[in-house]
Amino acid sequence: MANIITGAEALIQSLLNQGVDTAFVYPGGNIIRVFDSLFSHQSDLKQILVRHEQGATHAAQGYARISGKPGVAIVTSGPGATNTLTGISDAMLDSTPIVVIAGQVGTDALGTDAFQEIDLVGVTQPITKWSYQIRRAQDISWAVARAFYIAQSGRPGPVVLDFTKTAQNETVDYSPEKIDFVRSYIPSPEPDMSEIEAAARLIDCSTRPLVLVGHGVELGNAENELKAFIEKADAPAARTLLGLSALPSGHPLNMGMLGMHGNLAPNVMTNRCDLLIAVGMRFDDRVTSAVDSYARQAKIIHLDIDKSEFGKNVKPDVTVLGDCRRTLALITERISRTCHKEWIKEFKPLAQKEHEKVIDHAINPGEGPLLMGEVVNAIAMQAPSDAALVTDVGLNQMFAARYFKYSVPRSIITSGGLGTMGFSLPAAIGATFGDQERMVFSFQGDGGFQMNMQELGTIMETGAPVKIIVMNNSYLGNVRQWQQMMFESRYSCTHMTSPDISMIAGAYGIPFRRVMDRRELAQAISDMIAAPGAFILETIVLDEENVMPMIPGHEPVDHMIFTIDEKWR
Amino acid sequence: MMEKTLYTLIVHSENIAGVLNQVTAVFTRRQVNIESLNVSASSIQGIHRYTITAWSDKDTIEKIVSQIEKKVDVLQCRYFTDDEIFMQEVALYKVVTSVLIDSPAMNDIIRKYGAKLIEVNQTFSVIEKTGSTHDIMALNEELTAQGGMLQFVSSGRIAITRARIEHVNEYLEKISSQYGIKNL
Repeated sequence: MANIITGAEALIQSLLNQGVDTAFVYPGGNIIRVFDSLFSHQSDLKQILVRHEQGATHAAQGYARISGKPGVAIVTSGPGATNTLTGISDAMLDSTPIVVIAGQVGTDALGTDAFQEIDLVGVTQPITKWSYQIRRAQDISWAVARAFYIAQSGRPGPVVLDFTKTAQNETVDYSPEKIDFVRSYIPSPEPDMSEIEAAARLIDCSTRPLVLVGHGVELGNAENELKAFIEKADAPAARTLLGLSALPSGHPLNMGMLGMHGNLAPNVMTNRCDLLIAVGMRFDDRVTSAVDSYARQAKIIHLDIDKSEFGKNVKPDVTVLGDCRRTLALITERISRTCHKEWIKEFKPLAQKEHEKVIDHAINPGEGPLLMGEVVNAIAMQAPSDAALVTDVGLNQMFAARYFKYSVPRSIITSGGLGTMGFSLPAAIGATFGDQERMVFSFQGDGGFQMNMQELGTIMETGAPVKIIVMNNSYLGNVRQWQQMMFESRYSCTHMTSPDISMIAGAYGIPFRRVMDRRELAQAISDMIAAPGAFILETIVLDEENVMPMIPGHEPVDHMIFTIDEKWR
Repeated sequence: MMEKTLYTLIVHSENIAGVLNQVTAVFTRRQVNIESLNVSASSIQGIHRYTITAWSDKDTIEKIVSQIEKKVDVLQCRYFTDDEIFMQEVALYKVVTSVLIDSPAMNDIIRKYGAKLIEVNQTFSVIEKTGSTHDIMALNEELTAQGGMLQFVSSGRIAITRARIEHVNEYLEKISSQYGIKNL
């Protein structure tokens, strides 16, 4: 039987066919027909009206990161579409499956500089996994199916559908499509047994192995396989920023976080181990620092699903291509159960040193203004164990990442690759829709808060229960820290006067609490957690606090400094 | 700094608008100039074949190749050195006919290079030469020295591999068996 509907309606039915339950939307002239169809789908498709299209993409990212399902944003052409570019780039660098559907002028107006026309496919090709212009209604079912398949298979990423008005308005005999194969695209290559065996041999020969756990472990749902692997190999493991919740904070083999503001022990041991086993991570420069002095003494095994990551930054000795859920299990089967007690013991004094020099004071200063680590730690102590952490970018991000506790997967949602300030608030909103059971904490600084605070309107309207913590130091703190270290404290454009956040919270009807005195902190946090919905907790923190320890730029990964005054070369 | 070699990349892609942009963008990001580029049909219906040459070191070209191959609509990208391929370019030279007739050396030059005349009229003549970049440029130099050169154009390199395995066919066979799909 024929099912003649408009292209706009075919789009919505295609989305429903993909299991989409929520879309983050902002209407406009060249997508108006789709919104007319959405009007009839209020019961089967939740439509979250954001306040800015950037917010729509970050919300879609937050939704995807917590749920593992693709996030969807629907926006108009021209400025609506260009406003999504930051979120699309962010999703590309952090391998987040989102599908952005943007309106486009009619096909007869394409290329004429028509009102609100931009070459969206041209603009987004470099920052998407796939970008496609739908010109005919008959292509909608196929294009949407292909978009979702590409976005979430293999190494996930963003897909853009540039949806012309012509295709929206045309009628089509719609039937749903399913795509699970594209001949030019192998999302999850079959494991090569010779690679698996070579990796197993190296692991069996190693006496000082170190496992680097990346976001790929979480994307591949390989947390259990990872645990089984490190436990059998008795190999200490360290996590990247995006891999923080791929291994619980409390696991005995978890040695902490890698990178510029990571933990001392795993960074130092990177340059002392005899074997690095990198799983689903890409040797980002924030992890490796000076790449020419990175783990030169060690053999390197690199497990990844994306072949182009092999040797991109660091040359591996053995590569293992494929889905790490399978490759890790295959390697685990082939290695012998080992004990590396002496090697693991070597991490202890380093961890202790970091505690004495940095952590103890950071989380429990005792006197003086509140510190960021202290705030994060206090929240981590009261937060439900399955709470999700959404951070912004900068000091708040590093403190939150360092001092929050992770016990279940998909607990950290942060902008790692692109480093997008303003990410946290909309991403946290999206996360509350992606998993309505878990509590979502959004850590922000006073700078990032003001980058997308219009999304408080989305919270007001939808009741998204985001627990917002603004750590206000009146500075763009991370840049200020660098200015202090590298530019003789010439604080160029980093001091910032902020509005009275209590009045902003009041304007949006969101409960608010400001804390300056540490004696009030625990109670305020408990009030925030007990509040039925959203809450803004503003903490006034030390203005010139620095995040430490730190690998200064271009220094070897084991050269961490503990105070800003240590020698800067 | 690693030594630079002229590499020839052979890329097979779906015939979808915008793939060329994505392929060339990889070179731009890696700051490698494309020396020549040719796009044509391939032996497989619906699949386009790009022949691209670029001066680069091995390490960089390997990264470029894997990043091109990562594009969803690219089936395969391989790189080759000159000893691994048969290659040709074609050039056209437009010269003033009076020079062609009056200069006694012209005939010898054209014959020496195995070039041929494809147009002769009262005003101008067109010479065609197929061969290597080196020979094409040498012919250009000699013709220019005779005077009366009006236009010169040379195509990008086209290349066929010397290997006995057909890499793209092998790829298609591999995925058709992996996914259990006939008639890709």
